[in-house]
Amino acid sequence: MSILVIAEHDNASLKGATLNTVAAAKAIGGDIHVLVAGAGCGAVAEAAAQADGVAKVLLADNAAYENQLAENVAALVADLGKEYTHVLASATSNGKNIMPRAAALLDVQAISDIISVESSDTFKRPIYAGNVIATVQSSDAIKVITVRGTAFDAVAAEGGSAAVESIDNAQDAGVSSFVGEELAKSDRPELTAAKIVISGGRGMQNGENFEMLYKVADKLGAAVGASRAAVDAGFVPNDMQVGQTGKIVAPELYIAVGISGAIQHLAGMKDSKVIVAINKDEEAPIFQVADYGLVADLFEAVPELESSI
Amino acid sequence: MKILVAVKRVVDYNVKVRPKSDGTDVDIANAKMSINPFCEIAVEEAVRLKEKGVATEVVAVSLGTKQSQEQIRTAMALGADRGILVETDAELQPLGVAKCLNAIIAKESPDLVIMGKQSIDGDNNQTGQMLGALSNLPQGTFASEVAVEDGTVNVTREIDGGLQTVKLNLPAIVTTDLRLNEPRYASLPNIMKAKKKPLDTTTPDELGVDIAPRVQTLKVEPPAERSAGIKVADVAELVDKLKNEAKVI
Repeated sequence: MSILVIAEHDNASLKGATLNTVAAAKAIGGDIHVLVAGAGCGAVAEAAAQADGVAKVLLADNAAYENQLAENVAALVADLGKEYTHVLASATSNGKNIMPRAAALLDVQAISDIISVESSDTFKRPIYAGNVIATVQSSDAIKVITVRGTAFDAVAAEGGSAAVESIDNAQDAGVSSFVGEELAKSDRPELTAAKIVISGGRGMQNGENFEMLYKVADKLGAAVGASRAAVDAGFVPNDMQVGQTGKIVAPELYIAVGISGAIQHLAGMKDSKVIVAINKDEEAPIFQVADYGLVADLFEAVPELESSI
Repeated sequence: MKILVAVKRVVDYNVKVRPKSDGTDVDIANAKMSINPFCEIAVEEAVRLKEKGVATEVVAVSLGTKQSQEQIRTAMALGADRGILVETDAELQPLGVAKCLNAIIAKESPDLVIMGKQSIDGDNNQTGQMLGALSNLPQGTFASEVAVEDGTVNVTREIDGGLQTVKLNLPAIVTTDLRLNEPRYASLPNIMKAKKKPLDTTTPDELGVDIAPRVQTLKVEPPAERSAGIKVADVAELVDKLKNEAKVI
């Protein structure tokens, strides 16, 4: 078997999610190649070559791949994918955008967001907002898969010594172009990779009150997340949303503040190791999954928490 | 221009679904069914484009059993002009759905296809992207803003780090994120009017599409239960537990 892993990167650095995806590839077993498609992304290929378990890195350095436009990258992935039994990417917004398109070009049914590898053709994945775990078996010759990063422990970023091979394969569909982007800037750890996450919900009442959570987060080295209610109310930007349709996190410690615990939010955090809920409504569903629940007014409890850690 | 909107019948988002005890399937026999929330947003966006004079016709299409007519009627009550049901009792997977929709694109030649980014039952997040590949059209996935201008559409997309805007040549495929709009409620007069709007029925066979599943579900099971936690009396006790019992801070 041979497996192609699509690297997640921003042209400058390899994203941690790629290391979790390589771990899933190791669980399948076989030669693991990593594709780095981008522009001016040589450093990313060098980083990928050092990851444990990677046998070869394919570097497609071309202006057509600079912004990861799905039309171009999916065509490349489908073209290269014919030579492999499995093609894997992280279930990030980028992986979700590109992989189904590549799968359809290969005429195979993609498998989204796997949480375990049972065998080379059988995988587990959550459905119905994580309320059901399905074991699925693919009969396609090429398995196109996205991997839930929090379900696989990352492989070591150092220690490997794969060869980097430049490939000359420019796919430019010419039907789409990049206009611009607006990225949230933060010094805190990335939400999906943080060991501790503190999230706020509707109970925070406004965006300014999130400052209380930022203070706790900075003391704990934590990332800050939010429920959909907090995002929809405009308290915080949408890239902070944790849930079925936002980010999936599984930190060591998840602190839910003023979050009721709707099905859709639980889908994004209930695999956290320890869950703490701070809510004044003792009937809130979040207490059913919380290891430690504190029924209290968050406006008193959170500042007290900050001063006592 | 003509807009095609794809809608799916799913278990209502408030229903907590459980697997059957024999693990063969999920138990949804008596569950409340609704239009998938992301599809509702897609319909709303199409109707708004019509109200702005950008679109001239909105066609709602659904695939599934006869009961999916209800979701097409809902889309028509929200403002779609007519409906197409691709009727089948067979299990549908995103690739098969995308192939049927591609056959409908070939017949209807829409300028824009709008659909949800994912259905809340399968959680696949694939169909729009697959349709993009099969129809060879550009895709704007996870859209939070859609602006049509002179033969192109600018789509602002929700990505992991923030927002990204791409320009796509029309025709194009757009999949909706939650923040694209707030869907309206169907009024009773509009629900009555929707009953008179045309609804055509076809089948995957008539479209010449093979929808045979490629992925077989071997088993469904509930996720691992979390053991019950405890309530702490105050912040001091909480911090003590986190430091000394759970050892996470």
